[in-house]
Amino acid sequence: MRSQVEGSQAVARAVTLCRPQVIAAYPISPQTHIVESLSDRVRTGELAGCEYLMVESEFGALSACIGASGAGARAYTATSSQGLLFMAEALFNASGLGLPIVMTLANRAIGAPINIWNDHSDSMAMRDSGWIQLFAESNQEAVDLHVQAFRLAESLSVPVMVCMDGFVLTHAFEEVDLPTQEQVDAFLPPLVPQQLLDPDDPVTIGAMVGPEAFTEVKYLMHVKQMAALDELPVIAAEFRAAFGRSSGGLVKPYRTDDAETVVVALGSVLGTIEDVVDTMRDEGHCVGALGITCFRPWPAAEVREALAHATRVVVVERAFAVGAGGIVGQNVRDATRGLPLEAYDVVAGLGGRPVTRASLRRLLDDVLAERLDPTALHFLDLDHALVQRELERSRHGHRPGPHAENMLRALGTVASGAYE
Amino acid sequence: MAFQEIKLYQTGTFVAGNRLLDPDQRSVQARTGRSNTLTSGHRACRGCGEALGARYVLDAAMRATDGRLVAVNSTGCLEVFSTPYPESSWQLPWLHSLFGNGPAVAAGVAAALKARGLDDVRVVGQAGDGGTVDIGFGCLSGMFERNDDVLFVCYDNEGYMNTGVQRSGATPPAASTANTKALGDQPGNVFGQGKSVPLIAMAHEIPYVATATVAELRDLEAKVEKAMTFRGARYLHVFVPCPLGWGADSADTIRLARLAKESGIFPVFEAEAGEVTAVSRIRRQVPVEDYLRPQRRYAHLFGDHPRPDLVARIQDRADRNIARFGLLPEGDE
Ligand SMILES: Cc1ncc(C[n+]2csc(CCOP(=O)(O)OP(=O)(O)O)c2C)c(N)n1
Ligand code: SF4
Ligand SMILES: [Mg+2]
Repeated sequence: MRSQVEGSQAVARAVTLCRPQVIAAYPISPQTHIVESLSDRVRTGELAGCEYLMVESEFGALSACIGASGAGARAYTATSSQGLLFMAEALFNASGLGLPIVMTLANRAIGAPINIWNDHSDSMAMRDSGWIQLFAESNQEAVDLHVQAFRLAESLSVPVMVCMDGFVLTHAFEEVDLPTQEQVDAFLPPLVPQQLLDPDDPVTIGAMVGPEAFTEVKYLMHVKQMAALDELPVIAAEFRAAFGRSSGGLVKPYRTDDAETVVVALGSVLGTIEDVVDTMRDEGHCVGALGITCFRPWPAAEVREALAHATRVVVVERAFAVGAGGIVGQNVRDATRGLPLEAYDVVAGLGGRPVTRASLRRLLDDVLAERLDPTALHFLDLDHALVQRELERSRHGHRPGPHAENMLRALGTVASGAYE
Repeated sequence: MAFQEIKLYQTGTFVAGNRLLDPDQRSVQARTGRSNTLTSGHRACRGCGEALGARYVLDAAMRATDGRLVAVNSTGCLEVFSTPYPESSWQLPWLHSLFGNGPAVAAGVAAALKARGLDDVRVVGQAGDGGTVDIGFGCLSGMFERNDDVLFVCYDNEGYMNTGVQRSGATPPAASTANTKALGDQPGNVFGQGKSVPLIAMAHEIPYVATATVAELRDLEAKVEKAMTFRGARYLHVFVPCPLGWGADSADTIRLARLAKESGIFPVFEAEAGEVTAVSRIRRQVPVEDYLRPQRRYAHLFGDHPRPDLVARIQDRADRNIARFGLLPEGDE
């Protein structure tokens, strides 16, 4: 059924249709509307047979999901930013134990400076936590990815994180085709746990493992995650057959066939990038875009294939490794090793800064004119003057004070964002 | 549960053999059908109070639930000495996740069982004092406040034993640990405000809170059985001497636990819905010195530079417990 709904409401409805048996969550912007809506749905009975735990922290939320999953329940949580980091220890634990928990991550920047707006620092910080990470481009895809995520998680017994851009998607009203309960039930069978805390057949879960088998346990985790690279396209194809639309999969090439320059990105920014690609195509430039839907496991073969004929790759990412460079960029370089192409790492849209068509266009013009140094890390729309002024202050002042506050004062603005 | 009155003919003991009891009053451990939940072969130190406590607690809980029990364990000695895979000592479904999340994991298990309609299967969460009073405290308080259907058991050996005997929030004043040594004029661990999680649990007004020691194992079993008659959050704090961490003789585990209770150092009581309902009175009061002397962690109080001032402060604490909980028999105070 097509309806005009807020992204968070659409996702809450999709999760409801997946019939989770235990939800444990802790509020943080911009995830709040999702968990509030789920609470309503449990209270009204729309989501029946579900226990909703209002826990004391995100660490408690994921921990409760770990217990619930171990005891055979379909378990779900949602968080953002600081909340994801607060879960960090439990994230690795859930994946190490191989528990099929599904989480929505409403992507948000990580402080300091505290900032509630969108970027991908949270999911990128936890990219090696052993969770599968899927990125939604639109609210429709966010809905569809949740249905697929439960299927994937439970078929491999691996936890899955569905990442959707905070505010940009979670708070946007868009037309979304919401599936029916019958459709979802037919697509997603009840959970058959691969390990279970069962008094009739007691097992020990979470035992200590020493050097004699630790490598093998970790290796198996890797094998299972890599199996998702085979499983996801199958699930996406089945989804298309059952629901009549394409969603999910590993990568999304857009006009890449003959493209010489390809922009790689994740999440909602892809829409803007595709617009820029269309305009530039109309002007006769051979450009394309490659969306990464599945970031973990890393679909190296598909990325390599999509970039096989390109000579330039511009990786636009909403996070970076401080002191090192691009994160997605590094993965792209890995996937394209030996190919004759130049890769540019561009950090964009940090802490909610809009990634506009105009900025992207300027970037691509610079790339095509070879004005961009491929060995350097670039920051889209960086206010160089502001940075220079602050560096200058630090060099001369005896106690220059906190940078963030200084730079805001220099700009003459106050920080936006009333909710934390 | 009604207790059987028995006459003790032997003098100098307060312990009655099971033989004198009606079969249904006998200790779970005396029954051939006991579940051996924590079975032999684990790697605890000789005389480990925690291993003893856990065995009694879980076997009693297994009996109370007819074997329909799941255990969740936080990181710590109990988890480590019982599991190096595949030599698990656990004969019940058992899950270990992390050091600080035992109560939340247990709450999740309880929620799953409820959602799955398995109302007969019950959950016990267990941790050391570190996993309970320090790093797991937030999760524990949340579990209490929501009144999740979990019995959480703290095995209090008064320190982080698994990592080599560092202080915890439950380490008593003056105790020497790996990071609170009695160096210079430092007294060992500080004399702080203390942190009584049983009292904090009571402040949550959960259905049932109890303390116990491994000196009175039948009492411990009875409290577990009683705890399992309630639904909602329950808390049991068990005093478990640690020969290794305390520098005590392995043969003294039970004796030290008894002296802790008989000196007033460790008050043994029960509470329901925030009110104390019963206390185990001191039967033959002893000065705290009797309890402190056999332990190397207090050796600096009695050596070449004795610290009677510190012993007196510890005695004050015990006296405060005695007055607060009414631990002396009527008329003795
Ligand atoms: C987050 C985290 N911090 C620290 C540790 C190290 N650690 C493991 S067990 C433990 C102490 C356990 O103390 P307690 O809970 O009292 O149990 P005991 O070993 O004394 O029975 C510590 C500090 C850990 N495993 N995880
Ligand atoms: S160190 Fe203490 S708690 Fe740990 S096994 Fe030994 S006696 Fe038991
Ligand atoms: Mg301890």
